[in-house]
Amino acid sequence: MDLSSINPILLLASLMVAATPILLAAIGELVVERAGVLNLGVEGMMITGAVCGFIIAVATGSPWLGFVGAAIGGAMLSLLFGVLTQFLLSNQVATGLALTLFGLGLSALMGQNYLGIRAPAFPDIHVPLLGDIPVIGPIVFQHDPMVYVGLFIVAAVWWFLNRTRAGLVLRAVGENHDAAHALGYHVRQTRLLAIMFGGACAGLGGAYLSLVRVPQWTEGMTAGAGWIALAIVVFASWRPGRLLLGAYIFGGVTVLQLNLQAAGLAVPVEYLSMSPYLATIAVLVIMSAGRAPGSLGRIFHAAR
Amino acid sequence: MTETLLALEGLTKAYPGVVANRNVSFSIGRGEIHALLGENGAGKSTLVKTIYGLVKPDSGSMILNGATFAPADPGAARRAGVAMVFQHFSLFDAMTVAENIVLGMDIPPSPRAIAGEVKRVSHLYGLPLDPDRIVGDLSAGERQRVEIIRCLLQDPKLLIMDEPTSVLTPQEVDILFTTLRKLSAEGTAILYISHKLGEIAALCDTATVLRQGQVVGTCDPRQTAPREMAELMVGTVLQSPVRATRPEGPILLALRSLTAPAPQQFGTALKGIDLIVRGGEVVGIGGVAGNGQDELVAALSGEMSVDDGMVLLADVPVGRAPVNARRAAGLLCGPEERLGHAAAPDMTLTENALMTGVARKELANHGFLRWPAARDFAKEIIAAFDVRTPGPENTARSLSGGNLQKFVIGREIMQDPKVLVVNQPTWGVDAAAAAAIRQALLTLADQGVAVVVISQDLDELMEVSDRFCALTDGRLSPSRPARGLTVDEIGMMLGGAHDLEAPHLGASGSTDERLASHMKQDTRP
Repeated sequence: MDLSSINPILLLASLMVAATPILLAAIGELVVERAGVLNLGVEGMMITGAVCGFIIAVATGSPWLGFVGAAIGGAMLSLLFGVLTQFLLSNQVATGLALTLFGLGLSALMGQNYLGIRAPAFPDIHVPLLGDIPVIGPIVFQHDPMVYVGLFIVAAVWWFLNRTRAGLVLRAVGENHDAAHALGYHVRQTRLLAIMFGGACAGLGGAYLSLVRVPQWTEGMTAGAGWIALAIVVFASWRPGRLLLGAYIFGGVTVLQLNLQAAGLAVPVEYLSMSPYLATIAVLVIMSAGRAPGSLGRIFHAAR
Repeated sequence: MTETLLALEGLTKAYPGVVANRNVSFSIGRGEIHALLGENGAGKSTLVKTIYGLVKPDSGSMILNGATFAPADPGAARRAGVAMVFQHFSLFDAMTVAENIVLGMDIPPSPRAIAGEVKRVSHLYGLPLDPDRIVGDLSAGERQRVEIIRCLLQDPKLLIMDEPTSVLTPQEVDILFTTLRKLSAEGTAILYISHKLGEIAALCDTATVLRQGQVVGTCDPRQTAPREMAELMVGTVLQSPVRATRPEGPILLALRSLTAPAPQQFGTALKGIDLIVRGGEVVGIGGVAGNGQDELVAALSGEMSVDDGMVLLADVPVGRAPVNARRAAGLLCGPEERLGHAAAPDMTLTENALMTGVARKELANHGFLRWPAARDFAKEIIAAFDVRTPGPENTARSLSGGNLQKFVIGREIMQDPKVLVVNQPTWGVDAAAAAAIRQALLTLADQGVAVVVISQDLDELMEVSDRFCALTDGRLSPSRPARGLTVDEIGMMLGGAHDLEAPHLGASGSTDERLASHMKQDTRP
């Protein structure tokens, strides 16, 4: 084993890239759950976003348009979930699971002609001045733009939830939908918008895999990232700051174990592969002190 | 009376299968405290929801301040000057007091300004509140203050209060009434919904009585005998429970320093509870919800295991015995929550009868259920307790609150208990069913059974109990004979309300007057 082959600066730099897809999907799901809806279809929305983004990026040659298409694709799929659960009052758990299966199948169908193609390049940006700082520059300021978009979304969600009236209403709807309804807030509309935001974020996360990380289309390429995003939301106690920490721990341990595998550590590969999941859940469980939104997963019926 | 603030004209609202309001007309004057009286299901809630913009009437109209008033949603009602304090609080547990208040306002001030406003208004009306506290940590009385202050910050012309006193201690009720009288003196009209006639006589200027969705009378509650109002509400002549004097029986239930930690986060720990209950005796345990009632019932029923010697059933230690062993030994419990605790909502009455009756009524044979016997048992309960249902194959959920309560209490009584513990036996039950349940408990005591009644309704406890104890923060006061106990003494026993202060401006209503109003609460003849 040769640990000297691991470059700590490259390791830390790739951490942010590895964490971004999960971070994007998780921050969307966090908003959905704060509004009181449990959408287990994150995996399905992610992979639909991955294939939509890939198709549009290949067709137009623009990764940016690809990301826009991915967000729209994810949001459309989540809209299906929203109509089923909010208007037809279907069970959220069952509908979410079905959405995952549906998304996996739909994406495989849509992506049939796109196997083995490379995505258009999405160059890293080199932040002026900051990117030139030794050590910190390469780690933090020399990534592709979506890394920063992801961080911006997390910060914006925090600000929205804690500093705006619309965010307060969204939390109120998630905390006690009957009381929110009694005060005259529109529970369904609020939830539908939250669900679509969650779908769009999951779509972005999926497209980040197919356009940046891999970057090509393969069936089932999300490989459980949607599920870990769901877990991170819960273990982060539905708080954006902790969610960022959880995503980075997951990303960090992922790249570390890949590096260790490459360095030939004398531990079975299976243990290394499971380590990101164990580490993330262990850390967040230890920190966890939060409480789920009061109406999470409950069906809202306005007639009462 | 002064000029009219709100006039209702011919309001009608029908739901599939039931007419909630039929041609309801009355008016409320400026600064008037107007009572809306009625049984459960009389249509009170639908009516106030109509005024608050949550329900749209099928026909009829409202006139507020001389202009047509048809609010499309609660926001529109609030802008027109109508505010409402809900029966089941419309609060958000995980949020702060300030956030909860902001959510009820249409044009919210800045977060910093709101904290100052909350402090100012709460001080002015004698309702102290810390804007930064999390609502989930507050007592029921404090939570209601949040709702009231949320309304007051909007300068309402009409304040609707739906059963506001059901969760308050007598002292908290006094504070509330002082606040309401002060508001009324300032010109705010109050529509006050309650079925506690004593309170209405003490507080209200006018009362409108609803029965089955229709206005059946209007009266001045200060001039009308409570019995008359009660009969107007129910539509029949009420029977009062009969208590016989009973010989003192043997000690059937003894609690010895019953101590237990709180079973969950917002629960209450039980602290050294001592109690002896003899056969043929009814012991009433009063107290505001959340002071250990649920935990005490759980420790008695066996849902919560305690040290063996802490609970003695006829001198046999049963503190560790599981639920069914205690049932088999004759210690039966009727918990507070009808749907979900006392009965499984989507199972039939036969199945529900089977679930607690299986041991004492021998409804199972080597693990196989004896369905015909279970069905007969359910039918017996239905017949004996006048449960209105088409038959035992109907689900528990399909019964009205009062009927299901008669069923679950009857189910325990029909099993010939040695000791029966009931928690809130008549909560949310109409007056006729409540009287029937209380009579059944007294009859049971006449047969030599030891009965423990836990309730927040002091009138009820005074009516049925031989001895009274107060449960406060998991501690049980020594018992006192119920006869001759005054409201003041009960209030002292209940403690609580220590942090309340008197309102700061000259409020009407002397202490004596308010105490007198409590004592008048004994409305059932």
